[in-house]
This record gives sequence, structure tokens and C-alpha cells, in this order.
Amino acid sequence: MGILKDLFKDYRFTIGFIILCLLVFLAIASFFSPYDPIEWLQVARDKPPSWPHILGTNSKGQDVFWEATFAIRNSFIIALIAGLLSRVVAILVGFTSGYKGGLTDRILMGISDGLLVIPLFLILVMVTMLLREAMTLVNTGLLLAFFGWAWDARTIRSQVLSLREREFTQTSILAGNKTLPLVTKEYLPFTMPLIFSTLINNIGWAIGMEIVLAILGLVRLEIPTLGTMLQWAISYQAMLLGHWWWILTPLILTILLLVALYWLSVSVSEYLDPRMRIQRIGAK
Amino acid sequence: MPVVLEVKDLTKIFSLGSLFSRLRIKAVDQISFTVKPAEIFTLAGESGCGKTTTARMILGFEPPTSGEIRYQNRKIEEFQDKKAWFKEVQAVFQNPFETFNPLRKVECYFFETIHNYQLDKEGRKASVLIEEKLQQVGLSLSEIAGKYPGELSGGQLQRASIARSLLTNPFLLVADEPVSMVDASLRMSIVNLFRKLRDSLEVSVIYITHDLATAYYVSDRIGIMFRGNIVETGSVEEVLGKPKHPYTQLLLESIPKPDPQERYKTSITFLEEKEEYLRSGCKFAGRCPEVQEICKQKAPEDISVNGVVVKCHKYIK
Amino acid sequence: MNEVLKAENLQVFYVLETLGEKRIAKAVHGVNLQIPGNEVYGIAGESGCGKTTLLKVLFANIEPPLRAFEGRVYYCVNDKYIDAFSLSAREKRELRWTYISYIPQGSMSAFNPVKKLKVTFLDFLESHVRGKDREELLSLTNHHLKTLGLSPRILDAYPHQLSGGMRQRVAIALSTLLKPRIILADEPTTALDVVAQRAVLQLMQDVQKELQNTIVLVTHDMGIHANIATRMAIMYAGKIMEEGSTEDIFNHPLHPYTQYLIHSLPKIGDKTPRESAPGSPPSLVEPPPGCLFHPRCPQAFPLCSQEVPELVRVNIDHKVACFLRGNNRASCS
Repeated sequence: MGILKDLFKDYRFTIGFIILCLLVFLAIASFFSPYDPIEWLQVARDKPPSWPHILGTNSKGQDVFWEATFAIRNSFIIALIAGLLSRVVAILVGFTSGYKGGLTDRILMGISDGLLVIPLFLILVMVTMLLREAMTLVNTGLLLAFFGWAWDARTIRSQVLSLREREFTQTSILAGNKTLPLVTKEYLPFTMPLIFSTLINNIGWAIGMEIVLAILGLVRLEIPTLGTMLQWAISYQAMLLGHWWWILTPLILTILLLVALYWLSVSVSEYLDPRMRIQRIGAK
Repeated sequence: MPVVLEVKDLTKIFSLGSLFSRLRIKAVDQISFTVKPAEIFTLAGESGCGKTTTARMILGFEPPTSGEIRYQNRKIEEFQDKKAWFKEVQAVFQNPFETFNPLRKVECYFFETIHNYQLDKEGRKASVLIEEKLQQVGLSLSEIAGKYPGELSGGQLQRASIARSLLTNPFLLVADEPVSMVDASLRMSIVNLFRKLRDSLEVSVIYITHDLATAYYVSDRIGIMFRGNIVETGSVEEVLGKPKHPYTQLLLESIPKPDPQERYKTSITFLEEKEEYLRSGCKFAGRCPEVQEICKQKAPEDISVNGVVVKCHKYIK
Repeated sequence: MNEVLKAENLQVFYVLETLGEKRIAKAVHGVNLQIPGNEVYGIAGESGCGKTTLLKVLFANIEPPLRAFEGRVYYCVNDKYIDAFSLSAREKRELRWTYISYIPQGSMSAFNPVKKLKVTFLDFLESHVRGKDREELLSLTNHHLKTLGLSPRILDAYPHQLSGGMRQRVAIALSTLLKPRIILADEPTTALDVVAQRAVLQLMQDVQKELQNTIVLVTHDMGIHANIATRMAIMYAGKIMEEGSTEDIFNHPLHPYTQYLIHSLPKIGDKTPRESAPGSPPSLVEPPPGCLFHPRCPQAFPLCSQEVPELVRVNIDHKVACFLRGNNRASCS
């Protein structure tokens, strides 16, 4: 608990945490929604915010507030699948490649370089166009995870490379540690901030990417996400028709989410920064 | 005579440069020496003479290009794995602040060593074993328990590092510049510790240093390294008392003596010698005050003079 | 005695703040120094005793987290003492390298690796000397290098083509180009081989003889002090413990800490056991009360842990901060 107490001293963390909690709360609220997220014409259309539709209704005859709760939940699902899965791959590849070196390193880095040099956006658009019907939440997440690990694997590898040359690596070998315990005990504490901040960045990237794909109409549009909500609002000319509540809701939620993630990432990585940690340890 | 460690014709070649212009540098060039039981053997030389590479090869961190390393008549390759080797040969490093991970408690390394080598099998508890070794270096478990490296002084850390290396009861310690980063007021206590280990535990030590004064103080025999060769080997009294090789003489002359009466009397000409590693013939020929024609053409062989092995044409009749 | 550099009651601390916790490391803690002209003044001490910080303060280069709480540094410029802390940034720039120059630790690695040394030299000169063209400056540089016994050919080399010892000598040459009255050198020989170290020391002595100026040399290596310093100060945990001529310090060390430092040095040809001081150096954040050395001092008595001994003159030219020497009932409150 001491860790959280320290972190809450940073206003950026506090604000980011509160925003994120609110958004998670919204996502959970979707389970109590009185409406079906996919069904059309459940309520009167195009009503401005008023009780009981606190964020109004859209042209599809859906309540915008409850639609947004589903959108956040689904966007979270995609982002978490993409973020966590790509972290696992990035950590595995980065650590093996950095610690083993030699041929293993060259093969793994060859693959990640390959992923880095292909024009990511074009490939994504092509794949999603071909597989549009299969672009469910899980599959979108998997696709983004597949493209999301290469750069971070490289950064993790470079950090492990420099850690490997430090004397405590040799002490650990002399203490009889095998590769796996050595890497997790000695290097993970140093790479944690990096992993954490890349995780948060990756989540932000996945949410943004989903929005882009959705606006281009390349995912299954009937599933509400922040992206598809925007896509519908845009294609119904919500701005032009003065239905500002419809387009602003996903927009503001997206901005809030990205800002919260950014602040969390900055303050957490500052907190976990080994140099700061060493100073704190010394301060006791 | 029994020997703990025998190094024979050990060579390490590093390739530098691109695929087309390969530069092959013999960082260690066919060196041979032995370490006897309960003996401190010093490898001394300037930075880049290959002493650390030698240490890394003995520890198995670096594969030799050629040559043999034998521990009690068994080759390093005959040990089933690195752990079996490290049970016998342990190391102490230069920078005590880097020896332990700054984000982990120091005691972790002690318990891991006990656990990984299964040293607590004979019914003795790990903490008792650790306490015993820490006592031998003048520390106690309560002093380091729960502490991170940043909370201990350099002297304490270096003692802890030595205590950890003693846990497996090794017969050989490789100490690479163990006191160069330790505070001056604590340095001798660490050096004395090595003498104590040799005398009471009969541990042999390969002491690697550039500091000839502590080398003289602590060791029994010494090898002077220069550009990958050992140019002079023998007892410290002989080698440092009556240096034979011109390089040893130059080194000894250049140490600033801690006595204002013994200032440098002569001045030296300082030469840029980048190509010494690539020189054929004696590698010191470019700077040697007693250089002969043959030195530039042919590398000298080892020759024994009064119990000291010297690599110099001056003594070859 | 004519002092070129004076420091009075310097209290310069590192103020570190982590997550709202303030920590103060007392790196320079009540230091008084009078450094005479035409000397090699050595400052000896262990790592973390504040000797590098002291040099920065003498150079009037105090930047956060370092903060000066008290004290003054005076430079003697044209027979007048001026307060170094109150100088404007411009005045400081004018004095630097012409009156006082600073060779920081590891300066040999500070050359721009993609420029020839000639370019570095000329850039340096152009920013400090006005009214001379490049040709004149180049011949000035050549002349300077020749007087120091270095070949002007090194100007055409890139830094990586020279060895560490040579680069360090070039760094010294560069810092003495404008004939400063004071040179502050921080561990100029650390990380050098003994032969290269000797060459660097030789160069520093030549420079000093040539310019008749003062070199303040900071190093932990007592051998180097014995070799080139004429006067020296022993620093411990931010304070000066002993000060005197090198001969006095080495032949009659008065402070128990100095005695340990000198008597623990091994000598070739002598294997008698030597002891180093017990315990560990104190933390600068929470220094012990009283004399900073008392927890490690075998001769400590109750007064040592209660009052701080002041640096007082015990012989004509020898000062020490120890209650054992002379009746040193310092009035410190």
C-alpha cells in the first residue's frame, strides 16, 4: 500500500487514476444496461440530452449514454488483448535475444526488423478489408497485438544488453542462478518501468488504431466501440445536423482515456525509474 | 608438487573491424602459469594488458581461442557444467557497488548461493552457514540483513562479496582489482583479508591488479603482463626486488612512492604506441631502453634466470 | 604570504528532493582554505569526501542540486581580492581559463570525437581571445604545445587516435593555453596507466614551472601527492582535517586519520602487516556529532563526540583539527 501512497503524491497519477476509474466504472455499468447494444430503434431518435436519456439518443434510436458504456467496454477489451499479448511477446523476444545473443539474437531481431519495415498501416487496412466479417473484438485485438510488439522487443533487448555487461550478472551466475531465475530476478526490476510504460502506450495505440480502422469502416460496425460510435455519428452527419451529443460523447471519452493513460504512464515510469528507486532506498 | 590451477598456452584472439579488413588482436598470447595451494598469485600489468581477459577465461565467461585451463588436473571442459566449476572457483569483482544488483537486497545472493549449490543439505541451516562466512570477513548477518547495496559502504560490500564467494568453500578465488574502488582508508583491511584467507582457510587467490605495491604486500608469486604476454614470473621478492625485464623496471620506476623524499628523479619520454599488440618480435621493443636488433625481429622465448622466468633477449646467451 | 585563492567558511550542500522528502548531503562543511601562489596544492581524501565538490565551489560553478548556504571564495586578481560568488556570468566567463581553469575528472574523454583536435583548440581560443585571426591563434597553439614538450602534429589527430595518457596531456595543454594563474585539476591521472600517469604529472610540473602559477590537485592517491604537491590538505567527510607542507604531512602526520592514510600504504620491499582505519566513512547526510572521525578513531575520548574540533595552527606551517593536538577547546555553538 505504501507504493500507492507514494504514487498518489503525484497529482498526474491521481488525476489519471480517477479518470481511468470513472471510465472503468462506465464500462462495468454496461452490464446493467436496460438496452441491447446492437438493436436499433429502441428509443425515440435524435433527442438532445434530457432525463432519462442523459446524453440524448442517436439517429439509430439508441441511448447514447448506454451505447457509450458498451463502446468503452469493448474498446478496453481490444486494447487489453493487444497490449498484454504484445507485452508477453515483446518481453520474451527482448529478453531471449538480449541475454542469449549470437544467432538467436540475429534471428529474433531479423523477424522484428521485418515487422518494423513493412508499412504497418497498409497491411492493417488490407488484412481488415479481407477479413472484415471476422473482425470481432478478440480478432481485432489479436491483429493489433501481432503488429504491436516489434519495437518494444527491441527496446527491452537493448536494455538487457547493457544489464548483461554489469558485474552483478556475473555475481548471479557465480551464485549458481540459471538463466531464467537470473533474468527474472536481476533484470526484470530494471525493465519494469519500460515494460509498464510501453504497455500503457501500447494500449493507447491500440485504442487509436481501432478508431482509425472503424472510421474507415474496416471492422464489424454493429459492435459498439469508441471507433464505431464515431463512425456512425460521422456517417449520419451528426455534426451537420446538430446532434453534437452523439459525436462529442465518444470523442471526449477517447480524449479523456488517452490523457489518463499518458499521465499514468509518465508518473508510473518516473516512480519505477531505477535511479529514483535507488535514491529512495538510500533515503530510508 | 600439487597445483590448484594450471594454465597452459592460453590464447585469446579478438577479431576487430569489418568483414574485409579483419584485425586480429592477440589479447592473451600463449600464457602459462600455475597456482599452488594456499598461495596468492598476482597478475599485474597496465590496462589493456590482457589480465582481465585471462580472469574471464579462467572463470569460463569467455571461451579461450586455444590453450588449456586445468583445475586439480581436470580440464575446465571436463566439469559437467558451469555450476560444478564455480563450486571450486569463485570470483571477487572490482567495483563493490556493481557486484550486487542495486535493486535487490544483498542477502538474496547469499541465500541463492546456498540454495543453488544445496549447501544446507547436511542439516545445517543456511543462516548459520552465512553467518560463519560473514564472521570470517569481519561482518555479521545482522549488519547486512534487509539492506540494499546503496545502504552499505564500499568496504562492507567488498567484504560481503568475498564472504559470498567463500560459501561454496572454493579452493581458488579470482579477484579482479578487488581494492581499486575501495576507499583508501579501508583498502588495507580488504587486502589483509586475502592474506588471512590464504593462511587460515588455505584458499589460493589469483590477484589481478595494476598496483604493484599492494601486489608486493599480499602475494607470494607474481606474473607481470604486457600486451598479452607474461614477461616475467617469479616470487614477488625477486621480481619486484630485482626486476629483470626492462618493462618491469620501467613500471617499478614509474610508481609514485608515498614519500616526498623519493620523487621522480628522471623524466621519461612518453611514446604513443598503438601498434604494440600487432608488433612482431618483442612487443616492448618500441619503448625498450636496451633494445637490440634481434628484439624487433624475433619474439623472445622464456628463459629462467635465478628462479625467475623472463621473456627477454637480454638474458639469452 | 600572498594567497591567490581564499575560501572562507564554505558551507555547500547537495539538496536532494525525492517525492517530497528533502535530504541534505553536507559535501563541503565549513572549509577554510588559503592557497598561496606558485605552489602545487594537493587535496587528498577518499571518494565521497567532498573533494570534487570543493573544486567546483572554488571554480564558482555551483549549480543545483548543489547550493551554497554560507561562505565566500576570493580570487586575487591584480592584487585585489574579488568575491567569486558575486561575479556576473560575464565576469566569470572572462576570468575562466585566463585567471582560473578547471580540468574536470575524465576530461580526456570530453573532446569532440568527430573533430580534429586543431578545431577544438581553435574554437576554444576564438571564444576567449579577441582580435586575432586563425593563423595567429594556430601559431600560438603550436608554440604552447612545443613549450610543453608535445608535438604540434597531434593537432591533426582525432581524439580516438590518441591514447588516454596523450589525450589527458592535451586536455591539460588546452586548459593552460591562456596562462591561467590557477589550475584546478580533478583526478587528472585516475584511469591512466602508471607510465602515462608519470608523463601527465611530469607535464603538470613543467606547466607549473613555466607559468609560476598554482595547481590545485585533487586525487585520492597519496603517492601522487608525495610526488608533486608542495602543500596539501587532507579532507574527510566534507571537512579539512589537516593542512601543511607535504613533508610535514608525510613525515609528521598529526591527525589520526592522516596517520592511518599514510601508514597503511604498502611499500615495495616491506611486508610488515599494515592496518587500515576501522569502520567506514560516515554518511554526508547524517554525519556523526562532534569530530567526524571519532567513531573510527582509536584515540577518541568523550569530548570528541560532543564538540567539533577546529582547524588550528600547531606548528609554524601545520594545521590540524584534532583535540589531541594542543588545547583545542573550540568555541563552536
